[in-house]
Amino acid sequence: MSGAFRIGNAGRLTPARTARFTFDGKTYTGVEGDTLASALLANGVHLVGRSFKYHRPRGFLSAGAEEPNALVEISRDSARKTPNVRATVQELYDGLSAKSQNRWPSLSFDVGAVNDVASPFFSAGFYYKTFMWPKSAWKNLYEPNIRSAAGLGVAPDQPDPDHYSSRFAHCDVLVLGGGAAGLAAALAAAETGVRVIVADEQAEFGGALRFESGARIEDQDGWAWAQDVVARLKGMSNVRVLPRTTAFGYYAQNFVGMVERVSDHLADPGHDVPRERLWQVRAKRVVLATGAIERHMVFADNDRPGVMLASAARTYLNHYGVAVGRNVGVYTANDSAYAAAIDLKKAGVNVAAIVDLRDNPSGSLIDQARAAGIEIHDGRAVTRVGGKLRVSSMTVQPKNGGGERTIAIDALLMSAGWTPSVHLFSQSRGKVAFNDDKRFVPGTYAQDCVSVGACNGTDGLAASIDEAYAAGAKAAKEAGGKATKGNKPKVDADEIWSRGMLGSAPGAGPDTTVKAFVDFQNDVTAKDIRQAVREGMRSIEHVKRFTTNGMATDQGKTSNMHGLAIAADMLGKSIPEVGLTTFRAPYTPVTFGAIISHARGPLFDPTRRTPMHGWAEKHGAVFEDVGQWKRAWYFPQAGEDMHAAVNRECVAVRKTAGLFDASTLGKIEVVGPDAAKFMELLYTNPWEKLEVGRCRYGIMLREDGFIYDDGVVGRLAADRFHVTTTTGGAARVMNHMEDYLQTEFPHLNVWLTSISEQWAVIAVQGPKSRDIIAPLVEGIDMSDEAMPHMSVREGKICGVTTRLFRMSFTGDRGFEVNVPADYGQAVWEALWAEGRKHDAAAYGTEAMHVLRAEKGYIIVGQDTDGTVTPNDAGLDWAVGRKKTDFVGIRGLTRPDLVAKGRKQLVGLKTKDPKIVLEEGAQVVDNPNQPIPMKMIGHVTSSYWSENCGRSIALALVAGGRDRMGETLYVPMPDKVIEAEVTGMVFFDEKGERLNG
Amino acid sequence: MLLIRCPYCEEERPELEFRNAGEAHIARPTDIAAISDDDFEKFFFIRANPKGIIYERWRHVHGCARFFNAVRDTVSDKFVMTYKAGEPKPSKLPGVSK
Ligand SMILES: [Zn+2]
Repeated sequence: MSGAFRIGNAGRLTPARTARFTFDGKTYTGVEGDTLASALLANGVHLVGRSFKYHRPRGFLSAGAEEPNALVEISRDSARKTPNVRATVQELYDGLSAKSQNRWPSLSFDVGAVNDVASPFFSAGFYYKTFMWPKSAWKNLYEPNIRSAAGLGVAPDQPDPDHYSSRFAHCDVLVLGGGAAGLAAALAAAETGVRVIVADEQAEFGGALRFESGARIEDQDGWAWAQDVVARLKGMSNVRVLPRTTAFGYYAQNFVGMVERVSDHLADPGHDVPRERLWQVRAKRVVLATGAIERHMVFADNDRPGVMLASAARTYLNHYGVAVGRNVGVYTANDSAYAAAIDLKKAGVNVAAIVDLRDNPSGSLIDQARAAGIEIHDGRAVTRVGGKLRVSSMTVQPKNGGGERTIAIDALLMSAGWTPSVHLFSQSRGKVAFNDDKRFVPGTYAQDCVSVGACNGTDGLAASIDEAYAAGAKAAKEAGGKATKGNKPKVDADEIWSRGMLGSAPGAGPDTTVKAFVDFQNDVTAKDIRQAVREGMRSIEHVKRFTTNGMATDQGKTSNMHGLAIAADMLGKSIPEVGLTTFRAPYTPVTFGAIISHARGPLFDPTRRTPMHGWAEKHGAVFEDVGQWKRAWYFPQAGEDMHAAVNRECVAVRKTAGLFDASTLGKIEVVGPDAAKFMELLYTNPWEKLEVGRCRYGIMLREDGFIYDDGVVGRLAADRFHVTTTTGGAARVMNHMEDYLQTEFPHLNVWLTSISEQWAVIAVQGPKSRDIIAPLVEGIDMSDEAMPHMSVREGKICGVTTRLFRMSFTGDRGFEVNVPADYGQAVWEALWAEGRKHDAAAYGTEAMHVLRAEKGYIIVGQDTDGTVTPNDAGLDWAVGRKKTDFVGIRGLTRPDLVAKGRKQLVGLKTKDPKIVLEEGAQVVDNPNQPIPMKMIGHVTSSYWSENCGRSIALALVAGGRDRMGETLYVPMPDKVIEAEVTGMVFFDEKGERLNG
Repeated sequence: MLLIRCPYCEEERPELEFRNAGEAHIARPTDIAAISDDDFEKFFFIRANPKGIIYERWRHVHGCARFFNAVRDTVSDKFVMTYKAGEPKPSKLPGVSK
């Protein structure tokens, strides 16, 4: 037997198919098709959690996604622990293991419940008021303690081992919600042949037909009709049916985010299926059929386990075959709760009494209840309930006061009416309207969508299906569907949900201090909302933030309307005057896993590898990340640490030669009759007179006069420049050039092509560089006379095309060999073989940095920061003084840029040559001044230079070039370091080695 | 995610393919080296930042790579229209009164 409260002849599950599960370590038996909630209720378990703030015992309020209380942790293994799973949504599988949350040491005895007794201190705005002072205590004392005591659930502490997937989809008509209305709309649209997607958050379609025992459609029970329609839709090639799929966000231009729970319901999902799938759907038309959510009654202790929504009790009975008690009471302000009472009575459950707040309610359901012999107390209220861990009685009183009567019960079903689910409509930026029935329904639409059925405020099955079928057909037609005769489902028997009440019921205010909950998840009572208004909150958005009503994952599904009504009452305003808060995405919580999908670990960001990456790996390179690139950082040999390896590499380059992979440099080919004119405009330097076959170091500015990028440019022909950029600047320099070419200088006949990935670049630097390259080159005279420093030649190396640059980023004789990327590694290997004959070393980016710093060559982005001019960097020589225009020419003469005292790039030599300064360290001119000291600059580059036998550094210092020889100070936590201001060149000041 | 119509590709493409490039119809002065500090300030630093209709530049960077102009409502985020770079500021906007 799968639980003492399972009723033999009720529900749609197959009792023989049992599934065992544990809750808080105790083993229970349920039935396949159960939710964790229905399985626990079948076993008589109502107490499942403790509340967020007061740690009050809580049970199940609902049977669906609106559940605010029954949040549990589901764990499959040590890494797969999911907190805050709604037990009303989690499908049961054999072996499921669940744990209650927010309690210590146990669910029935929780120390945190002292918060409930101490609740006068925890009222609305408590966090804002109590923990304001002193400010410093917030970070160290209040926040950590609040976080450990409060909070919902515990985040898993291991990496998520599951995988998630993601899909984009397009359709003509997207139907959100698969109840009677959604299915009718999907059917109407599908019959026209357009592409339809229909999604529902539940495992099975049918919505409220799950509990509406009175519904009959097309000569069938309503639920059976729904399954029949789903089967038909699945059989149509133009329809995609997505169960277990929640539309959580409605974005611009009918873009809807949905999460499909693919395997959380399986006992053994295996590794082939993802846990969840994110759907990003763009639809021509959207049909919202999201239904309505029943409201609870707001009265004292309405949160006791066993007190639940009437429709939930009816769902547990009619779908799962579970009685939520043996002796139930009903407290209502509308008709639909009567149907629950009647169904329970028919199933053999005693209905102690129906308490109806209305005077003299009438109608067929009320007549049926009377005929079934159920006691009805109209014009009365339930003022409180007895029992703590489970409801045990209800106290009934005439609504305007009078004698009390206590009735024993073990469950209380309540209904204050139905709130249309306008969450997605509101997210679509539609404006709601408050209708005559005191409901917020879709008013003004902002997108191509339509609401149908209960979410549109439409009462009754027949009216909903009529409306939905017509809307589905219209949406399909607007999306280009063929007209069809249609086949509208015929409703034979109907259920109608009439109106209810908003706000607190008698006995819950305005002057009482009882805990009548409005928002169960955030522990907000009617009193809290009144207090918020008393303390000056006027806007509903302020009330929401002050009390936290309707915030967090709940998004006000059950609480919004009650909270609004209480606030409006206090303010003496009408509900529409006070207004509804904005609904935020997500409708229900979405895992980060689903959102990031495969984009994590190595797939988080693309990894770029150069053509020579494999060689570097084989030769023991340690790599560093430079943007998306993996670059060889240094090549340690046996026994070497980084310091030793870099020293050896730096010495080798200056002594013989070194090979360096410079392929990541950005490269752009500027071609066309106006190429030189274009270069004149984009760079500070003059280009018209640069001879073919020669190179020039170019500086690119932004219009404001600050350095944007730099690089060596070779002129291959009168109309063709091979431009190099920094590694990090490749894409933005290309964008910058295209921008000017397309929009400011469109008259220039120029074509720009990114060639960064087409050419591999091997830098060969050092006195032996020419000896290494020359034997492999054909068709290029590499003598100093024929090919001086800063020249470029085209020819062949190892039989493949090369653009051979003679240039140096080390200060030694050097070349950069460009070859088509596919030949990069082969040419590198050939050069390496030659290099070995001369004791050349392979060197990485660290040695490259040291070598260039020894020569005072800057790195844009390291020695400059977007506020450095060519003059600041000592590069005035590269600005064409005779030029009348280039990007940045006017910026350079701005008053601030020509003012005295600007920070200038200089060298720093520490007094103790062994001390290497920290990059980023601040520089002061008087170390004895009081703190905070006046900082006059900072260190931009700093290294140990084995070639100089000392540390070297570059720094941006205010008025730096006028401070040559001055001693400046770098204060560090443990000491103050003295350093002398010098020029930027530390090695071979005369520059003789370029031809050495 | 917005859909943006590229006037060169002549179709609506998802926002992911585009990059905003700031306010449109701010021409770089042809005699830029000679303009006053005030004029440079207006050209380079001052932007309208309106609530409502804005004229701005976009680039179909992961598509045809062309820069173009767009009219967008900063309140609703809706694109009113797009047009090619170099075309004049539209005097009439579809669907926008006043
Ligand atoms: Zn395009």
